[in-house]
Amino acid sequence: MSILLDRDTRVIVQGITGRMARFHTMDMLNYGTNVVGGVVPGKGGETVEGVPVFDTVKQAVEATGAEASLVFVPPPFAADSIMEAADAGIRYCACITDGIPAQDMIRVKRYMYRYPKDKRMVLTGPNCAGTISPGKALLGIMPGHIYLPGNVGIIGRSGTLGYEAAAQLKERGIGVSTSVGIGGDPINGSSFRDILERFEWDEDTEVIAMIGEIGGPQEAEAAEYIRDHISKPVIAYVAGLTAPKGRTMGHAGAIISAFGESASEKVEILSAAGVTVAENPAVIGETIARVMRKAA
Amino acid sequence: MDIHEYQAKEVLSNFGVAVPSGALAYSPEQAAYRARELGGDKWIVKAQVHAGGRGKAGGVKLCNTENEIHSACDEMFGRKLVTHQTGPEGKGIYRVYVESAVPIDREIYLGFVLDRSSQRVMIVASSEGGMEIEEISAERPDSIVRSIVEPAVGLQEFQAREIAFNLGLEPRLVQQMVRTLQGCYSAFSELDATMVEINPLVVTGDDRVLALDAKMSFDDNALFRHPQISELRDKSQEDPRESRAADRGLSYVGLDGNIGCIVNGAGLAMATMDTIKLAGGEPANFLDIGGGASPERVAKAFRLVLSDDNVQAVLVNIFAGINRCDWVAEGVVQALRELQIELPVVVRLAGTNVEEGQKILAQSGLPIIRATTLMEAAERAVGAWKSDLTQNTKMRAV
Repeated sequence: MSILLDRDTRVIVQGITGRMARFHTMDMLNYGTNVVGGVVPGKGGETVEGVPVFDTVKQAVEATGAEASLVFVPPPFAADSIMEAADAGIRYCACITDGIPAQDMIRVKRYMYRYPKDKRMVLTGPNCAGTISPGKALLGIMPGHIYLPGNVGIIGRSGTLGYEAAAQLKERGIGVSTSVGIGGDPINGSSFRDILERFEWDEDTEVIAMIGEIGGPQEAEAAEYIRDHISKPVIAYVAGLTAPKGRTMGHAGAIISAFGESASEKVEILSAAGVTVAENPAVIGETIARVMRKAA
Repeated sequence: MDIHEYQAKEVLSNFGVAVPSGALAYSPEQAAYRARELGGDKWIVKAQVHAGGRGKAGGVKLCNTENEIHSACDEMFGRKLVTHQTGPEGKGIYRVYVESAVPIDREIYLGFVLDRSSQRVMIVASSEGGMEIEEISAERPDSIVRSIVEPAVGLQEFQAREIAFNLGLEPRLVQQMVRTLQGCYSAFSELDATMVEINPLVVTGDDRVLALDAKMSFDDNALFRHPQISELRDKSQEDPRESRAADRGLSYVGLDGNIGCIVNGAGLAMATMDTIKLAGGEPANFLDIGGGASPERVAKAFRLVLSDDNVQAVLVNIFAGINRCDWVAEGVVQALRELQIELPVVVRLAGTNVEEGQKILAQSGLPIIRATTLMEAAERAVGAWKSDLTQNTKMRAV
């Protein structure tokens, strides 16, 4: 199966009664995702797009056997919802919500460590576009039609920049095994390194594309991991060459505050680890195509 | 969100951190009066601006008489203080803080930050206080003590003691240091701070541990649960365009170029800026209009971008996932009609409902320059800006 989710994965949507959540639930159902329920406290018994709504995640899991969850809950309550999913035995959770307080995320991560590693929920996001395994399932908000099924694994912070990369690939007839949004927040559920590890073991993935940006140590940590543990070719693009130091560029985590956090420094660190770096966002697809030709 | 030194000191002293006695003033006369109230014969007058490096820039003055306080204040009030952190435009001085001077035995650096590697709060301390932390890391890295706080239980006394002893503090001072560290950590975690910096934390001649300076930043995403902190916001210290943008739920950063950018998603916005540069132009701004970009939001974005007089062309780049191209197109058309924009506008749409979006743009009858790829969009925007300069005319190609 693909990493993180598959055609049969039973999915619930937390916060399903919100306007955007409804829109994307419909979209996921149309894509073929196995959406089996939704959770909104106090709205148990209702249905949204034909999907039953439950009061708690535990009830949803008991009734539907849900394994994965997509969180659309507003920022003040989102951390609580992620912990609720972890506690109910959800295996994989993607959180779309943007604007969760950083210390709430510190608490979430601490909470998840109470479970042994093999029972611990995998979290991607928050502030991400979700995950798609083209042709199989969509757990997120990405437009499904821009992805072809294929063998490129994509990991990205930014949603829309990830779409840009997928569209450039589609133009060249290149498909994607799975695209994972890890989100633009300073404290996030999974890092580049965590997802790289999954792609290394994934039979469907032949090359890996990393789409990073300024701020934080995760690209540099990934570079070290790639050098020592990844055998598949890795391509990277890092956004923000024109971003001034010390300014937050939209994403809470996109700020250059220490050495190694600027785009040019990250490019240098990744190149030194053997990663092929796309010089600009317009050639991400082209660069991946070139690396694939060379690998074939 | 940043706050002033005097506000940070008040916040921290509520959590048990000792600070010198001081008072706020809005005029030279008030400053002199405050000094008289404080008593003593040596005072520090400190410009209250949201930036570090005030001392070197002339924003901190030691005064021995009321006259000196007057003249120090005259040099500060109404001026822009330019430090290495403010940028060339500087920050306006509208308040000063008058503090009793204290005899200093030693200076310590103390910082609390969100450490993104461990994803926890990290304490950074150094026996080389008074210098910037960047300088300390470059020149005296061995003097830096780091400690990570376990979020479930908070900062433990033994950790605070370890820091105190590692800084070489005498045993009689350790308890005061522990109280300072725990106070800072409590303030950090209870108020959702993203940064607390005390530089310097001093040991006085009479064995007191005092925060001589204090800086705090707060998590904008958590301000909803701290109304008392939100009230400390001082808009005079912010770029007016950026605060106007923030009030409208848009994320904007002003830059020096002349191609205005309206993009959805922070990563794509940065990538768009990078591509403009590659195509031979300079971006005028970063602007992320966010996920659910309604037509109203797009119109607001146009107003904001055009409020920068340097803007000579606008590039709209929307890849719709959480929002839809037809919505965005309606917003663009509505904004162009309402604002009667005469600058060249390049629009690139992709993603959900892209055909409907393109149709709306095409049928609007407006002179919108359309593009399908990111590179094409950047090249057309730069091209439109350049031809606009050479022709010096307001004619637009469709």
